[in-house]
Amino acid sequence: MTTIIIRGARPLAGDPVDLLIEDGVIAERGSGLSRARATVIDADGLVALPGLVDLHTHLREPGFETSETVLTGTRAAAAGGFTAVHAMANTSPVADTAGVVEQVASLGAHHGYATVRPIGAVTVGLAGERLSEIGAMARSRAAVRVFSDDGKCVHDALLMRRALEYVATFDGVIAQHAQEPRLTEGAQMNEGEVSAELGLAGWPAVAEEAIIARDVLLADAVGARLHVCHLSTAGSVEIVRWAKARGIRVTAEVTPHHLLLTEQLVADGGGDPYTSYDARFKVNPPLRRDEDVQALREALADGTIDIVATDHAPHPVESKECAWQEASFGMVGLESALSVVQTAMVDTGHFGWTDVARVLSRVPAEIGRLSGYDAPFEQGSPAHLTLIDPASRSVFGVGSLRGKGVNSPYLGRELPGRVVATIHGGVPTVIDGALRDAEEVSRG
Amino acid sequence: MPARTVLQRADIARALTRISHEILESNRGGSDLILLGIPTRGVVLAERIAANLEAFEPGSGVVGALDVTMYRDDLHRHPTRTPSPTRLPAGGVDGKTVVLVDDVLFSGRTIRAALDAIGDLGRPRAVRLAVLVDRGHRELPIRADFVGKNLPTAAAERIFVRLEETDGDDAVSIEGIA
Amino acid sequence: MRHLLSTADLTRDEAVGILDLAEDMADVATRAVPKLPTLRGRTVANLFFEDSTRTRLSFEAAAKRLSADVITFSAKGSSVSKGESLKDTAQTIAAMGVDAVVLRHSASGAAQVLAESDWIDAAVVNAGDGTHQHPTQGLLDAYTLRKTLHADASRGRDLDGVRVAIVGDVLHSRVARSNVWLLTTLGAHVTLVGPRTLLPMGVGAWPVDVTTDLDAAIAARPDAVMMLRVQQERMHAAFFPHEREYASGWSLDDDRFARLAADTIVMHPGPMNRGLEISARAADSPRSVILDQVTNGVSIRMAVLYLVLSGSDPREAAA
Repeated sequence: MTTIIIRGARPLAGDPVDLLIEDGVIAERGSGLSRARATVIDADGLVALPGLVDLHTHLREPGFETSETVLTGTRAAAAGGFTAVHAMANTSPVADTAGVVEQVASLGAHHGYATVRPIGAVTVGLAGERLSEIGAMARSRAAVRVFSDDGKCVHDALLMRRALEYVATFDGVIAQHAQEPRLTEGAQMNEGEVSAELGLAGWPAVAEEAIIARDVLLADAVGARLHVCHLSTAGSVEIVRWAKARGIRVTAEVTPHHLLLTEQLVADGGGDPYTSYDARFKVNPPLRRDEDVQALREALADGTIDIVATDHAPHPVESKECAWQEASFGMVGLESALSVVQTAMVDTGHFGWTDVARVLSRVPAEIGRLSGYDAPFEQGSPAHLTLIDPASRSVFGVGSLRGKGVNSPYLGRELPGRVVATIHGGVPTVIDGALRDAEEVSRG
Repeated sequence: MPARTVLQRADIARALTRISHEILESNRGGSDLILLGIPTRGVVLAERIAANLEAFEPGSGVVGALDVTMYRDDLHRHPTRTPSPTRLPAGGVDGKTVVLVDDVLFSGRTIRAALDAIGDLGRPRAVRLAVLVDRGHRELPIRADFVGKNLPTAAAERIFVRLEETDGDDAVSIEGIA
Repeated sequence: MRHLLSTADLTRDEAVGILDLAEDMADVATRAVPKLPTLRGRTVANLFFEDSTRTRLSFEAAAKRLSADVITFSAKGSSVSKGESLKDTAQTIAAMGVDAVVLRHSASGAAQVLAESDWIDAAVVNAGDGTHQHPTQGLLDAYTLRKTLHADASRGRDLDGVRVAIVGDVLHSRVARSNVWLLTTLGAHVTLVGPRTLLPMGVGAWPVDVTTDLDAAIAARPDAVMMLRVQQERMHAAFFPHEREYASGWSLDDDRFARLAADTIVMHPGPMNRGLEISARAADSPRSVILDQVTNGVSIRMAVLYLVLSGSDPREAAA
């Protein structure tokens, strides 16, 4: 395994330090470090962040390899500064058995770009009827701790209650996609003034808020922990805030796009290359109002929302090159996440790089029960880290996307920040801003 | 290059008076005669000729407007033209002598369009053509029956017809190539 | 005009210009040869991904009166049922040499997406997209209103001060949306009337008055009432309990019809559910202009096809 010396990086934008990486861990930190045959990364002026952890990634494999594979998805992750991703269960076959989750985890381990932590389905086939083999998945080599029917809501209250209770047995958590199905039949975009004018069926905020309210009460009643996926409305923030004040064990995530983009983009596209009704803005939950964006930023800053998760959802081009109603929901997000968080949170003064590390690394790892992320940069800790240049600005383009999906809502937009290097367990996956070859990374 | 005036107010009036007489003469009087002006300035000229006819032979100055926009063959070579209304005298054109009136006769394509338009409106006994200026350069086998003035021009020169009713004064001028 | 996608894109002068042009087109119908050679050699494709015989025939008549060639694509029994996309279908038809596409689609925004894409370079006329817009319907309604109010003195006029009540299922109505933007652009005052379930959330931002009380709207003596079609399937989705209850609240029944001022114009975009949103007496009365709307639809569509197909051709300009 390579020995690496990172020279002059500023952990969490603090004072510059040298880091020596050996055998996959931070072997030493200090100044003027040197080792024979070490690869030296000159990180003068760069900010060192812990390796980013995504709690919400769609890798599409098995079943939808035309959209993404474990390899292409983890390459996109590495390019975005991530060293671990949680792979959602809505594959084909659905990740509802030990066999599927072990396969996904081992593909990730083989490629080496990022740790792949499979998420198990809550119900068989995501059908919302019977619990899947939660225990078997938890005890498998994939050691699943997060369970979700993401894409679908576990809307049956009894099933949700049982799931919450049952996963507690394995120290697991239910990550709920909060969407009341009847209130969102045929829903296309946020319900409100814009949907009224565009004639698109509305996805009302209450459909999310009603489920979150019910679920925090259920979690309280059975004493289990609950994670809320991609929270998107100001009202949801209020409910989570209330629940946390009551001591209910709830955590919540927000996506980068909900921190930056609003429903107005559906109407006007925001400029080249987008136009009105551009399906690249079609996402579930939908882009909301500006008031919601502001409330989400404040909630992330004050800790009401615990983490940022990408909901990276690659789709083939034809799923977006069509009429809005016929398009698939979802955006790719791994490659742009850090830049968008910098835009929405850091450059706006909501919080600093220590908080970025909290919401994009330490806490998502905690929720996912992923070890090795609790003390980054400390001697002996696994060497998962990311070097970024926050002062860099560039236009985000298709070339910035490293997975298979090009369904990004940020094309043509100038974004700050650049991932210069990503190191996963001591193995560089990105050097000088470029992904390393799959073979090199796989060898370690 | 500044425009050169070739017809003054009095020249125009004289030309229209002469054309009015010629029309009456060739039609052997003012009966069953319709003047159809081609918008915009052809309509003004038709109305002036009609006023003359009315003075020479009361009851003979029947006038209308014929828009030919929808019959043009060059619609997608120019910005969209807004048609003007077509106004026909009561009784229509069937069996009448129709005199088309336009300001300038050039390629002949406008008149070709006008002949097609009249054909869709009915079946006149005869169709004649009166123009204030014939500047040559015909692209179709069309000639005017009544001409105010023949003005030999270069193809690139431009003719401007100004009339009191539409432009504030009466004048015909030529603008050369700069 | 490159495309016609939404009445919200039209200025007052553009809208009046289209209505005036439609007056000229209406005159054509009264002549010995009710046909113009204007669009000879040009091809109009009717792309109907959603069935609508009326609108399709109206566009077809309009195109033929302007001497355009018409090819028709209708989704029933076609490759669309086999999953062919808007993009592929449009490109296939365009490859046959088409100058304008008249698009009817069940997805809101479909016409916009087609026009703003680089899939085809033909002009796009929206003939109804989902629950978004049906601009030629809005234009023909405005034309009908203007003609009924001002007759031969219509040219050049807008609808300043005209009060129109639009009644029924506004939520799902592209006709209502097209009329709201167009009529208000033309200076009319629009009141939307319907049960809360059938008025869109966010309607408060529209430049209209909104009420649930049809009787109050009638008592306000509007110049015109436009009844929207009620889709029978709505009651299964709990928008209202059943037909009788809907009719008792929001139908132009005989009793309400009798309370209208004598010169109130009665409109309906068709097809009507007689006895549900409108009574036979109201529909067949002299105050009803429902058949005029159909007639005027052809004139409006002629005007629109002329405008998108005349003028400098971008393809020739590029050549």
